[in-house]
Amino acid sequence: MTTTTQPTGPLRPEGPAKLTGHAQYAADVPAPGALAAALVGASVPTGRVAALHTAAAEKAPGVAAVLTAADLPRLRPQSSPPLGHAALPMQDDAVRYEGDPIAIVLAATWEQAVHAANLVTAEYADVTEPLMFGQAEPVPPDSGHVLWPTDHRTGDVEAGLAAAETVVSARYTTSDRHHNPIEPSSTLAEWDGDRLTVHSSVQTLTLTQQTLAGLFGLDPEQVRVVCPYVGGGFGCKGYVWPNTTLAAAAAKAVGRPVRLTSTRAQMFTLNGHQPATRQEITLGATANGRLTAVRHHAVNATARGEGHFCEGAPVAAGWLYASPAIQTRIRVQQVDRPNPTAMRSPAEGLGLFALESAMDELACASGIDPVELRLCNEPEVDPTTGKPFSSRTLADCLREGARRFGWERRTPEPGSMRDGNDLVGWGVAAVTRETNRAASTVRMRAHADGRFVVETGIQEIGTGTPAVIQAVAGEVLGIAPARVGIEHGDTAQPPGSPAIGSMSAMSLGSAVHIAATELGDKLTAAGGAAGLRTAGIDYLEVEGRWDPDEDAARWKDHSVNAYGAVFAEVRVDPDLGLVRMGRCTAVYGAGRVLSPLTARSQAIGGIVWGWGQAVLEKSVLEPGRGRFLSKNLAGYIVPVNADIGDIDITFLDDDRHASPIGAKGIGELSAIGVGAAITNAVHHATGRRIRDLPIRIHDLL
Amino acid sequence: MRPFTYARAATVDEALGALRDPGTRLIACGTELVNWLKEGIETPARLVDITGLPLAGIDVSDDGGLRLGALARMSDVAAHPTVRDRFPVLAESLHRAASAQLRNMATIGGNLMQRTRCPYFRADVELPCNKRLPGSGCAALDGGDTSSHAIFGWSNDCAATFPSDLAVALAALDATVTAVGERGVRRIPATGFHRLPGTEPARHNELAPDELIVAVDVPAAPGASHYLKVRERASYEFAVVSAAVTLHAEDGVIGDARIALGGVAHRPWRLPAAEQALAGIALDDPAGLRAAVARSFTDARPLPGNKFKVELAQRAAVRALRTAGGVQ
Amino acid sequence: MTGTKKGCDRGECGACTVLIDGRRVLSCLTLAVGAQGAEVTTIEGLAPDGELHPLQHAFWETDAFQCGFCTAGQVMSAVGCINEGHASTDTEIKEWMSGNICRCAAYPQIVSAVSAAAAAMRPGADDERTDR
Repeated sequence: MTTTTQPTGPLRPEGPAKLTGHAQYAADVPAPGALAAALVGASVPTGRVAALHTAAAEKAPGVAAVLTAADLPRLRPQSSPPLGHAALPMQDDAVRYEGDPIAIVLAATWEQAVHAANLVTAEYADVTEPLMFGQAEPVPPDSGHVLWPTDHRTGDVEAGLAAAETVVSARYTTSDRHHNPIEPSSTLAEWDGDRLTVHSSVQTLTLTQQTLAGLFGLDPEQVRVVCPYVGGGFGCKGYVWPNTTLAAAAAKAVGRPVRLTSTRAQMFTLNGHQPATRQEITLGATANGRLTAVRHHAVNATARGEGHFCEGAPVAAGWLYASPAIQTRIRVQQVDRPNPTAMRSPAEGLGLFALESAMDELACASGIDPVELRLCNEPEVDPTTGKPFSSRTLADCLREGARRFGWERRTPEPGSMRDGNDLVGWGVAAVTRETNRAASTVRMRAHADGRFVVETGIQEIGTGTPAVIQAVAGEVLGIAPARVGIEHGDTAQPPGSPAIGSMSAMSLGSAVHIAATELGDKLTAAGGAAGLRTAGIDYLEVEGRWDPDEDAARWKDHSVNAYGAVFAEVRVDPDLGLVRMGRCTAVYGAGRVLSPLTARSQAIGGIVWGWGQAVLEKSVLEPGRGRFLSKNLAGYIVPVNADIGDIDITFLDDDRHASPIGAKGIGELSAIGVGAAITNAVHHATGRRIRDLPIRIHDLL
Repeated sequence: MRPFTYARAATVDEALGALRDPGTRLIACGTELVNWLKEGIETPARLVDITGLPLAGIDVSDDGGLRLGALARMSDVAAHPTVRDRFPVLAESLHRAASAQLRNMATIGGNLMQRTRCPYFRADVELPCNKRLPGSGCAALDGGDTSSHAIFGWSNDCAATFPSDLAVALAALDATVTAVGERGVRRIPATGFHRLPGTEPARHNELAPDELIVAVDVPAAPGASHYLKVRERASYEFAVVSAAVTLHAEDGVIGDARIALGGVAHRPWRLPAAEQALAGIALDDPAGLRAAVARSFTDARPLPGNKFKVELAQRAAVRALRTAGGVQ
Repeated sequence: MTGTKKGCDRGECGACTVLIDGRRVLSCLTLAVGAQGAEVTTIEGLAPDGELHPLQHAFWETDAFQCGFCTAGQVMSAVGCINEGHASTDTEIKEWMSGNICRCAAYPQIVSAVSAAAAAMRPGADDERTDR
């Protein structure tokens, strides 16, 4: 079945709240009596704080206190993950990265606190030249972030290459990037004896609750985390970062509620970043394009020491194409920088830039159409695990995408398509992503007055989770989605899915499906709402829980992945080196689409993220200083409305193995492959192969 | 930001009087000054608001020239019918600057008082920057990032560029900045209003501490004109390089052309050698245009991070000439 | 009132857009004392309580927002965009709405919303305000 989502369908229930300014984000929570906090960051990348001069700040208007490491409670070590950076801030005098917090200023207003923070000066000792990416030995990663085999081999790659008619081999790089959600991190922390309540902008309520409990030696029940809305995260609010930790520690130190809101500049150092990668790919193929060998090696920059982040860039090479020999390798360079973290889209989002560029190079070298090359390498089963695919929609996505895009009108010769002075290029890339899932619980009530309410501890971060809950519950109960009320955003509610890794819709949706099914049965047995009223019952309540481990029979014997194909048209002004988006067509097999309107928005957002990765976004970590060069949105540029051409989104297919409701993830998937589709299109337009993202003007002059 | 007091000036004389106090800064709509206050680039004890001064006029003189009041908003000037019809380079430079919101706020005088976007000058902490803290050095020239820096007119103390689009158009138009001070009225050519860094990078422009810009005068009849802004992002970004041209041509042959470049120096960079060589060149002769433009690039001094600007700026100049002349 | 958001505090994102005397401006660069005597319209003042302005309605219908944090600024900027007469084509809307960064990237839907609202707000168009 082909479902092309047009902008129709049930609307987001939180729409009016967001559109009128009434949706309450962490920094909006009224907090009479709270002190406003501002952080002072280290201005050097290594060493230790030898002296802190706080007198001027203490005398500044409105300042209540200046806290140093000695003033804060000692925290109990936690691992990374769930911490963003394993080294806890302000527990000693060590400086682990430029921007590492060294003092907290508490004042009556945020402006006063920020001003006073600028008056704090520090002397440092033992500062060394920071080690940069490219200067350290690549080593196998060794931390809780390693979710994939670091070295994998199927078959004999050397033999496959020896047997190949065509071999392409190249190195690809991606840049350091920053998430830059428009909402800066903010936490309001309040202690009541040994009970802690935080209103914090986080993607993971339960994880934040458990981590704070661990840090402060509490039971999770003693910590309440509230977060109904998040103003964007994209991964940088997925783990527990200093904004949350230090707000809670400062509130404990002074015995008053504290609100800590990060500055935009601090969002560049205290919430992770996507690390630069260097990837080497070698592909071998027969004359008719059948792959004989795939080798994908990747190394990413990471922080030193425990809990260093690692990217699984090469993982998709394990299942995307049929090849008798596949070898992948993951390495990291531990250097002087804040710990990176997942950013839309990690792993395949980096790896498929390289792999799908290499496939385009192979297509060019073999004289085979890029769509055809991919189609002729379709595997029957997962080539790495031998498992059957739960569904395999790549070929359908490629064919449908080619049809919608008009691919047959493409002339293969680079530079052969023009529009006036512009060179026009058409590129394609395959898209895939593994599926993640997490246990989720909801509480659901049917009231005697006819209302239905779902309660769950999730936050609305823009992905449309409330709309998904309504859609699933409405379908099961046979009622209009808008009749389902949703209460969310509090760890006092049943724990929902974290808003990371494209797992919310399928995980939480499955729990809603289970709850709504049971509730519907009970309600029918009770004679409906009228029956409840007759019986004098106010409401029926059920709890629905989906635990993917308990439901493993559904998916664990399959290779469960989402797929897609993205086609891009670029226009290149060859004189001025400018590349602009003409249009994009993307077709996804991402399981069942639960909320067509919000799914389409997710997919469009992903394409635009891909444009940012391909053409605009690059943070420069400066040699010598070990600091990010431009910690602002003028120096670090992200896409604006004028950058974006027409985007056509289509969803295919259903997948009964992924989850009880047949859904998979969309958010990460849609930002994958776009970079390669664009650089492949630029090659088609200009004959220039761009292997380093982002594409810059000087690359095309 | 450091606490400050706030007052309003009702007249130009009041504003000038306020400037006698070295701790006072004048503020119009604040799109630059408020950022400096937040970064600690400026720490005045007092702000005097000049938005009440009667300097917001946009007047067309009898000879067809323009007088833009210092407090005229960028958006109002860009939308003015005469500006749009007769001074496209001016309207285009304004339209392509910043965003609609910022153009609604920012004034013509304030635009000229911008400071560099050099990432070291704008950093969240103080880094070596002779513009921000004289004598502290230049992080860019000391092995730093020079991708946004100058290829002309830089010194060993500073290689920053000046970011305004408007200033580039005004330089091509041979406009004049009128300032008043205690010593009277001074008219400063737009081409020389901004200073090359030399040994005093902290002096950003020629306005004296006791002076206030009151107007910008644009001479009549510039001919055809165009502003080309080259940037990575399609909108809301400072120029990588830009080119403002004015042009008189007959039968497709250039009679007289003026070119100013942005993003290549700490002032709009006029190309006198090229302008001279362009006379008599046909607009549909790209090689001839390029050869003429190249005459002004023999003294280009690119830095390690911006070698591409030498080529890009020449191509931008040629493109702007052709677009102004109606040749695609 | 917390509808107006601070995203960058430097005039680089547009999240804090409000109307001052009917013009869209950035509140993060505007001194409150300097706005004395001016009429400031924030997202809270766009429509009476319980009602939606045609633009708010159009944003909802077209799903022109995701996380919602830039949304107040987008809507206020869109009011300016339409009132200035810069909403006649999609290309024009894209350029004149480029001062508002939406990191979730609902850009095409924002264009649709502004275009639909511009039609609804044209003099003579039916009053589209609803209380849904």
